[in-house]
Amino acid sequence: MRRKSGALAVYAAAFLVFLYAPAILLPVFAFNDSKIIAFPLSGFTLEWFRQILGADALHDATLNSLFIAMTTAVLATALGTFAARAATRYKFPAKAGIMGLVMTPLVLPEIIVGVSLLVAILQLGMELSLFTIILGHVLICTPFSAAILGSAFQNLDNSLEEASIDLGRSRFDTFRLITLPLVLPGVLASLLVSFTISLDEFIIAFFLAGNETTLPIYIWGQLRFPQKIPTLMAVGTVLLAASLTLLATAEFLRRSSIRRTGADAAKGLM
Amino acid sequence: MPNSSRFAKWRRSEAFRGLALASPPFLYALTMLAAPLAAVVLFSFWTQDYLTLDRTPTWNNYKTAWTEAIYQALMLRSLKVSALVTAATVILSFPIAYYVSFRVSPRRKTLWIFLITIPFWTSYLMRIFLWKVILGYNGVVNGSLMGLGLIEEPLTFILYNQNAVILTLSHAWAPFAILPIFVALERIDRSLLEASEDLGDGPVRRFFRVTLPLAMPGVLAAAVIVFIPTIGDYVTPRLVGGPNGLLIANMIELQFKKANNAPLGAALAISAMLIVTIISIIFLWLNRRYIRSRA
Amino acid sequence: MIRINCVSKRFGDIRALDEVSAEIHESEFFSLLGPSGCGKTTLLRMIAGFDEPSEGEIFIDGKSMDGVPPNRRPTNMVFQSYAIFPHLNVAENVAYGLHARKGTRVEIRRQVAETLDMVGLAGFEDRQPHALSGGQKQRVALARALILKPKVLLLDEPLSALDRQLREQMQTELRHLQRAVGITFVFVTHDQEEALTMSDRIAVIFEGKVAQLDSPLELYRRPVTKRVGEFIGVMNFLGARLLAEESGGYEVEVEGLGRVKVPKRQAPGGVSGSRLTAGIRPEMLTLEFDDAEIPGRRANGKVVDTQYLGDMTYYEIALEGIGKPLTLSMRNTADRPILEPGTAAKVRWGPDSVLLLN
Repeated sequence: MRRKSGALAVYAAAFLVFLYAPAILLPVFAFNDSKIIAFPLSGFTLEWFRQILGADALHDATLNSLFIAMTTAVLATALGTFAARAATRYKFPAKAGIMGLVMTPLVLPEIIVGVSLLVAILQLGMELSLFTIILGHVLICTPFSAAILGSAFQNLDNSLEEASIDLGRSRFDTFRLITLPLVLPGVLASLLVSFTISLDEFIIAFFLAGNETTLPIYIWGQLRFPQKIPTLMAVGTVLLAASLTLLATAEFLRRSSIRRTGADAAKGLM
Repeated sequence: MPNSSRFAKWRRSEAFRGLALASPPFLYALTMLAAPLAAVVLFSFWTQDYLTLDRTPTWNNYKTAWTEAIYQALMLRSLKVSALVTAATVILSFPIAYYVSFRVSPRRKTLWIFLITIPFWTSYLMRIFLWKVILGYNGVVNGSLMGLGLIEEPLTFILYNQNAVILTLSHAWAPFAILPIFVALERIDRSLLEASEDLGDGPVRRFFRVTLPLAMPGVLAAAVIVFIPTIGDYVTPRLVGGPNGLLIANMIELQFKKANNAPLGAALAISAMLIVTIISIIFLWLNRRYIRSRA
Repeated sequence: MIRINCVSKRFGDIRALDEVSAEIHESEFFSLLGPSGCGKTTLLRMIAGFDEPSEGEIFIDGKSMDGVPPNRRPTNMVFQSYAIFPHLNVAENVAYGLHARKGTRVEIRRQVAETLDMVGLAGFEDRQPHALSGGQKQRVALARALILKPKVLLLDEPLSALDRQLREQMQTELRHLQRAVGITFVFVTHDQEEALTMSDRIAVIFEGKVAQLDSPLELYRRPVTKRVGEFIGVMNFLGARLLAEESGGYEVEVEGLGRVKVPKRQAPGGVSGSRLTAGIRPEMLTLEFDDAEIPGRRANGKVVDTQYLGDMTYYEIALEGIGKPLTLSMRNTADRPILEPGTAAKVRWGPDSVLLLN
């Protein structure tokens, strides 16, 4: 067993190198003083980050993406809360079918989601806009939200809510005072995951964008121009740093809330 | 009992509350997924000539999609690439999930799961592009190998072909495969392994007779989660696939956008989705039968 | 106080409760006793309002509870898992239900302190739930319910998670508390000893039906069925045959004990048919160590097994004419020897110790 453990550890380390290869190169080339993305590196520069400041189209795309991602996160988490709550607490007719449909986007090729929404929207004579992108993103984020919140509701002792109602509180008060505070880490995780998925989503957005640009669509357009790529590296680096900060904050909040409720810190992750 | 009171009772029932709660996400999925999918199916029976739409139902789009050589070739290539990506991802992911579940101390498991998911907070498009940088003619791999004197000429078989597509997609889907396998492994009651050892199984027999069968649900989930969505990725083949790496999704995108033949695109999309779904169902069914026959 | 009127509950095809009727009096300590899955918790949850009867009705204080949600009922519940809100401290937990009552902050704080004092947790206001032991959580749950002065307090196996010593201590405390506040307690338990020591009356429930509703004394002394007899305490069962029915009782032939005259009141379930079961408690049988002139019937036997429990000794005694040995218990006194297995023994029983069961 010891012997095998050594081989596995080496494999695990190699796997991490494979996983991290692109992520590590991103900041490397973002700070590299050359228009060509190749080794050897030629020197340190902040020029590419400076260029971000001057790119108006990039700013617009970023603002669009932030708007879409925030709206998506809130809507998907709201829908996910309903779905998770219904799935974990209640038995009702056609439950498997209903939940199955809600979770379908998880295993549906994204191109299908994009194409079908595109067809439906055009047939209804609607204009493509940021709003149509949000429709698509909410659809694919809801299952993630439902899964995350599902485990949060699962860990919640049913009798806590019953106790609250038994002590004379209304259902709404119970949700506000007991349920919500206790699943808050799950809600935050769901907001964060939905936000990130939406911010980074390209395949669906590309079909539904119309004349609007999101950050991934902007990046896709710029990838054709070699001289723009160092700036994209800088954009990618900023995005990565921002995501990691968000992730670390969420994890910190989750841990502190777990410490408060006294549960086991390792449990809440999945 | 009067009707109104029975209705009042039903409104307080678990079934009503559950349905009421489930209805917002359900209605959303119905209007935003089920109805549009139905629209695509309908659309696939129509004909488009540049910008005019002929709504007479016809099988022509499906005939084209299933009989013309280019679509057949793209579909087969897509299925092959998806299957290879699925196999590569699951096989590469299993040992790492096993390592984290069985070899990493419980306190460090969370950290490891974080380590595995962090790279995926990098922009999806940038990640694919960076693989191009890594695998390219003057890229990181060729540079290092030549620097080490292992090769004289840069390797060309690693970029702008199917290998590159498979590698890039395997990388992109790794966490989606690792997590379900890890969860399945975590659920295995450790005393079962001790029991197997106690009954005289060596580590290898124990792995194949106890660990792997019990982890199978996770492995299957991982396979399906990777297999179905990869058929719909048109970005990776476009960026790293080269001319022979293009897949059916690229064709669907092309029909909907530049070629202005959305009905044919719809027929291709529906066909692709049906094929992967049927393959997945057969795969799951065979596995379930296999597991039953051994139980 | 509480009237349970022909209440049934079905979950799909399963009948959890089958036409249960019972009357629970004011200020009574009432227990629902039965093995797990017998429906006792379902009945409690219907009184609380978490489940609705499929048929029948429940009245509290003369008012039908049909359609009344739990938050509008004059009942409060202590849950098996205690259900202490983990994100609120002890004082916030206890004051949780006071929101609707008018009262200043100072008044609420005074009430919380008073109630905590009553359950023996004076000064615990600022503690966090995860810093409490099981017994302390239990007390917080009690305080949280009692502060609302409900008409009925419902307790769902509240002591099952505690270790034995603490459980016995809590049994006494709960009993005292109930007497002090005078609130009706409905207590669910599967532990017959717990039910016997605490309750004024007990409803024994098997498979969704009330098998017997009586005081602990009556339940122990005069169980109506064999099942109740063996669920509550230990009882020997012997085959019996009805010989004659007389005005004062029955003449029966009991396996191993011979002809016995049993008074009518010792057949609480009534007598029907000629094949009966006779039941006799271990402590009603006595080992005879000298030939004292005490009235009673005697039979000769042999000690098969001896279990020494400190204050008591349990013997298994084989009597002539019975397949299964009888269990017999003797209080240990200074001059009474402990018999080894294999020793011959003479067993004596009184005329009022035999019960007739159908």
